[in-house]
Amino acid sequence: MARFISRRLFHLIFILIGVSILVFLMLRLIPGDPAHLLVGELASPQDIARIREKLGLDSSYVYQYFIYASNLLKGDMGTSIRSNVPVSQEIFVRFLATVELSIAAMLISSLIGILAGVISSVRQYSIFDYFSMMMALVGISMPIFWLGLMLMYLFSVKWGILPMMGRFTMGLDYHVISGLVMLDSLLSGDIQLFFNSVKHLILPAFTLATIPMAIIARMTRSSMLEVMSKDYIRTARAKGLSRGTVIFRHALKNAFLPIITVIGLNFGLLLGGAVLTETIFSWPGLGRYVVDSLSARDYPAVQGCILFFAVIMVIVNLTVDIFYLYLDPRLRIDGKG
Amino acid sequence: MEKVEALVELKKNKTAMAGLILICFLLILALIGPWISPHPPLVPDPINRLKGPSWSHPFGTDSLGRDILSRVIYGSRISIIIGLIAVSISLVPGTILGLLSGFYGRKVDEPIMRGMDIMLAFPAILLAIFITAILGPSLLNTMIAVGIVYIPHYARIVRSSVLSLKEQLFVQAVRSLGGSNLRIIFLHIFPNTIPPIIVYATLGMGTAVLQAAALGFLGLGAQPPTPEWGAMLSEGRQYIQNAPHVAAFPGIAIFMLVLGFNLFGDGLRDILDPSLR
Repeated sequence: MARFISRRLFHLIFILIGVSILVFLMLRLIPGDPAHLLVGELASPQDIARIREKLGLDSSYVYQYFIYASNLLKGDMGTSIRSNVPVSQEIFVRFLATVELSIAAMLISSLIGILAGVISSVRQYSIFDYFSMMMALVGISMPIFWLGLMLMYLFSVKWGILPMMGRFTMGLDYHVISGLVMLDSLLSGDIQLFFNSVKHLILPAFTLATIPMAIIARMTRSSMLEVMSKDYIRTARAKGLSRGTVIFRHALKNAFLPIITVIGLNFGLLLGGAVLTETIFSWPGLGRYVVDSLSARDYPAVQGCILFFAVIMVIVNLTVDIFYLYLDPRLRIDGKG
Repeated sequence: MEKVEALVELKKNKTAMAGLILICFLLILALIGPWISPHPPLVPDPINRLKGPSWSHPFGTDSLGRDILSRVIYGSRISIIIGLIAVSISLVPGTILGLLSGFYGRKVDEPIMRGMDIMLAFPAILLAIFITAILGPSLLNTMIAVGIVYIPHYARIVRSSVLSLKEQLFVQAVRSLGGSNLRIIFLHIFPNTIPPIIVYATLGMGTAVLQAAALGFLGLGAQPPTPEWGAMLSEGRQYIQNAPHVAAFPGIAIFMLVLGFNLFGDGLRDILDPSLR
């Protein structure tokens, strides 16, 4: 197991270096002077000279990359052109908003997806099975930016049940503790803010959850169907165990591996989907920040975000792999994986 | 599997047929678009701004008074072409990389697949955003960006089928007859990788259309006044409070096209490559 993890870590470092090289090249590939791109069109000649010197823009690409990489290791991702604040700071604040949204979406998609998949597999070829698999296909075929807008129209504009945008109503008192509004409101005992933020979260979280939900439901169904035909399930039934025990304790537990993988791999989809969902619902997260930065030509910010997203993806994938190993002892013995 | 046999299976497969009907419907719409669209798609009509659906404008009009039905019809041409070109851009290099990687093994395989891993480390839409940031926003660059993003997926699919194919008897037979490596790869192994490629490319058409529309929605794709579905939706977003139809219809069009490809691809997978399930 230690060997597996060390090999994966080595792999991770390799990927991270590759990712950083790609992101480093970005500014060199965009037509125009990198110094101009980094400080913006309105910068003074002194600023440009300063950034040239700081990043060694007059030296070779290899040297420039080393400066870039060593700055990154120090946590320095450059300075945002728009706000003049370090990009790493901007990212951190917004990332928490994205985390809150993604966790909510992940919970919704996993709960509903697994439940629908299990029922579909237990009642294979029933009306429920056809309906839920049809819905799953609809889910992966639907543009979520359209779904988000339609939900917004129905629930906010037409029926006025849920708020249209933002994380909570402007003007409410919010004391930042962790940066996760729901958690902080509970910690400070502010029930009004808690319910307000929950209401704000429902539409974006549900929109973001659609595609993963569909994929998880399909995966759960096929994985369950495979397990349900196994001998040990027949044994469990023959022992006279209740239907619920057989399904949840014996079948679902064994069908879980591929489901976990899919949930983990979907994290990338969630992060990507966050770009669209946050844009629609004006959710002040990282996804919307990328889009806004790009339209403002704030390249240091864009560069930082893209790098950050890739790092998160790589770390999540590694975690899934390790978790997989933990769940399936067979993989530990032969040391593969 | 014999071609005829596969066609018979295809006819029996309800999922695939439903998908095929949807695709054909939109394809015909795209082909005869100029003759059937009730209004010109680009001509503004300021008096009839943001009008809801009516007899003269079945899908209503947008913020410049242009007929949304006509724009949706013209948009089908754009989306289908985007899908085709984007998929070709990922398919050709992806297949070649997968063939070489799977066939030659270690020394060729490692650098290629590690490179693919690096690309896969980015969430797809972000990599596409990254590429359009470099190339600049336009319809052509959207296709290139979406195409590049999915190269690793094709490379992986092809590589894994090559890995099992190259151990098979017919490959050894060609080799013992003196067939060169390139001959084996392109004339003998490649034809056998086609079924999974067809399945994946069909499903990939749906994904490409969705991603391209997403880029259009974010303002990184087709620029106004091009009637691209994603861009139309993005415009509709501003009027969601009093004219939801502006966003509704282009979205339904995207959904139908993508659903068509997903249904057809799912059906094809059952027929051509049960192992992919």
